[in-house]
Amino acid sequence: MPYNSIVLVKQVPDTANVTADAMKADGTVNRGALPAIFNPEDLHALEAVLELRDRFGGTVTALSMGPPKAAEVLRSCLYRGADRAILLTDRRAAASDTLATSYILAQTIKTIGDYDLVFAGRQAIDGDTAQVGPQCAEKLGIPQVTYLDQLVDVNDRVIRVRRDIGDGWEVVDATMPVLITVVESANKPRPPRVRRLQRLKRARVPAEVVAEVKKSMRDASAEQREAEVARRVDELKKQGLLIEQWDLDDVKADLSRCGLAGSPTKVFRVQSIVLTKDGYTEIPATEEGVRQMIHELVVDHSLG
Amino acid sequence: MGNFFLDNQDIQFLFDYFDLKEIAVVQERFTRNGDADYVPTDPEDAVDNYRCTLEIVGEIAANTIAPNAEQVDLDGNTLNPDGTVTLHPKVQENLDTMAKADLMGFTLPRKYKGLNCPNLVYTMATEIVSRADASFMNMFGLQGIGETINAFANDEIKDEVLPQFAVGDVTGAMVLTEPDAGSDLQAVRLRAHQDEEGNWYLNGVKRFITNGCGHVLLTLARSEPAITDGRGLSLFISERSEKIKVRHLEHKLGIHGSPTCELVYDDAPARLIGERQRGLITYVLALMNGARVGIASQSLGIGEAAYRLARTYAHTRQQFGQPIEEIPPVAEMVTDMRIAVEAARTLTYETSRVCDYENNLLRLIETCPDKLDKDELKQMKKKYRLLKRQNSMLTPMSKYYASEMSIDVSNTAIQVLGGSGYMKDYAAERYMRDARITTIYEGTSQLQIVAAERGVTSGTFTKYIEQFEAMVYEDSLLTELKQRLIDGQQQLAEAIALVKTQPASYLELSGRRLVDAAIALIVGHLMLGQAVINDRKKRVARRFIDKQMPVLKMNCEQILARYTSALDEFELLAGPLPAAD
Repeated sequence: MPYNSIVLVKQVPDTANVTADAMKADGTVNRGALPAIFNPEDLHALEAVLELRDRFGGTVTALSMGPPKAAEVLRSCLYRGADRAILLTDRRAAASDTLATSYILAQTIKTIGDYDLVFAGRQAIDGDTAQVGPQCAEKLGIPQVTYLDQLVDVNDRVIRVRRDIGDGWEVVDATMPVLITVVESANKPRPPRVRRLQRLKRARVPAEVVAEVKKSMRDASAEQREAEVARRVDELKKQGLLIEQWDLDDVKADLSRCGLAGSPTKVFRVQSIVLTKDGYTEIPATEEGVRQMIHELVVDHSLG
Repeated sequence: MGNFFLDNQDIQFLFDYFDLKEIAVVQERFTRNGDADYVPTDPEDAVDNYRCTLEIVGEIAANTIAPNAEQVDLDGNTLNPDGTVTLHPKVQENLDTMAKADLMGFTLPRKYKGLNCPNLVYTMATEIVSRADASFMNMFGLQGIGETINAFANDEIKDEVLPQFAVGDVTGAMVLTEPDAGSDLQAVRLRAHQDEEGNWYLNGVKRFITNGCGHVLLTLARSEPAITDGRGLSLFISERSEKIKVRHLEHKLGIHGSPTCELVYDDAPARLIGERQRGLITYVLALMNGARVGIASQSLGIGEAAYRLARTYAHTRQQFGQPIEEIPPVAEMVTDMRIAVEAARTLTYETSRVCDYENNLLRLIETCPDKLDKDELKQMKKKYRLLKRQNSMLTPMSKYYASEMSIDVSNTAIQVLGGSGYMKDYAAERYMRDARITTIYEGTSQLQIVAAERGVTSGTFTKYIEQFEAMVYEDSLLTELKQRLIDGQQQLAEAIALVKTQPASYLELSGRRLVDAAIALIVGHLMLGQAVINDRKKRVARRFIDKQMPVLKMNCEQILARYTSALDEFELLAGPLPAAD
């Protein structure tokens, strides 16, 4: 039977390539200094639902919450085969912590409706909290399975999942609708399809169109710009290239639970730790050499 | 996640340097796109598409093909008792990934679900794939088979087969070589005969067929038993069936991922491509030209991979209390590896650029003469003839130069790695084994030289080089370097004049020296052009010209000295025939 899936994706700063100015003086991430990328584990979540759709039919809807430029990760989902993409963007959602974010995402998922599966990456590399997926499930009132390492089987309304629990695996059955978070070992994400990319790279959310018009028509009046935005949006819609853009009102969000107001998290202190150790130690490839290395690792508590 | 396009500054530099926008204009002109919804809106958009496409190729090369390469090399493919071949699962994974990304119809028209990319972009893609695994290039790089079908087959065959190629449902093989017909394809014997209803059937044996286990086979066969030379040969298309069996998979030195098959045709049904008797003299020659640029780009990929390995190793390997890159002879080896790769890349990409104009002009002249005004058509025909002559010189030059480079560079990589390079623990030995075929297949280096020397000794080379000699550089270093190339050109002109007074055998004997000198001049000029906008390229050009002009002088002096003892005193100098064991 076909399944309707929603996959949560996030645009994140590429923390794997951190440079000296990656952190601002106040300890927050300097997003401008790092390239924005598709959160790696979300790509695996996307792959999982695309594979399910390829096998059983149904639809894949990609959902992201973020600024207008986060539409880039939604385009990336479309290139890989997602059927529909929605960007939840709203200034009033800025500074949301995981509680507020999961509330907004849950409201959005409810508004989309008619879903069997919600997939997400285990965590985003900018915060490493791994909280948003599980909190969404709580707010939706559906079961959650975290750390999917292998999608074992799907049988009618039951999905069987192997979880990576660190020192082993656990196989669990869950009844749909269910929210599942995915780790990198789950699958190998497919590359974008070139023909889809060549068509869909022109897809935009309205907020991007507004920004583009503002840039290209600096001297025009507000009315002229509005008219141009309306014309371009209409044109994109006709070509099937308009990515849906929703705000907090569209998902009937309680504003007191969004943004800064809805975020109880307080940062106590941030430390900048620069690892200075350089060089390497050569371990002779002998029984004795390995024994010595294990011993050292146990002594400095790296092991055990 | 790695990316073999985005981590390669030189390919990206050349992507910008060669005016792809101008190529896109002619590439997209009057294209029949069917109902394709992914047509670019303008030339800039087309160039952006090319870039995005190469990024995806780079991603797949780095993250799928390269990690698979070692195991594929160890295991190879499997011949089944029923005469079929099972590809290595990792080769199959490579293929499936490329197909799913829409990359198997790279240059085909959009009406067949292709990407309509220029040859230059395809050449870059082929290089990127080959850096990951040279043997997989023999799957990805066989797209010239689709191009040949597109150029010469009828609409029925095209509509049926080409979309299958583009979506990756089928792969193909060009089936030319036989036990007694290698370099000399005129000797092909595999028979084609017709029944009363006009259906064609093939009977005979083919050998050394790359991907001979593919689904669609383009077979060169003798359709005119009474004509014994190349004019008796036609080109046929057959689908895989139990009438075509793989009898043997070759055990090769390298490119283990590429199945090299011996094929037996037993009354295999076939359809004629184009017209009878033009199989070798028109269609296969066209196919081979594209395939030769393909091998040049395969060679670039191997060279790049070997250079990178050596560069990294020389930097990290400590001996005598220092990284070995600080030891002068090692520094020189690594430097010259890099410059050799860049030199061959420059020549190969330039050749692809010329191919793009040639192919597109021919397409416009043949398919839409009514859409062009008379003067433009006339100009186009003139330009086309000129490009065709240039290309028939540049293509064999690129194939020869890049393939010889890949052997030199992979050989040097082993030397830089020393004992480790000789071990299977590093990829250096695989690069060298893979490189070794490149100077042999699709025409040996010696045959490429024969093809290129015609252009060098006729006016084609002089005319081609004149456009560069006319360049004016503001920079004094570039002006000086250009003068040295002009001096080199005069030495070469003297050597050519001498050769023309000698018997034909002396031209053959001097071919390599003539062609080497001509290539050094072409590459030198191409580098000067790039040096105008890139300071590093200025240094590269200087190093290249510093190193190559003395070699050119040596080559010319040897030609002028008329050394013919290898012919005159062959028995004496080559020694007596060794006794049989």
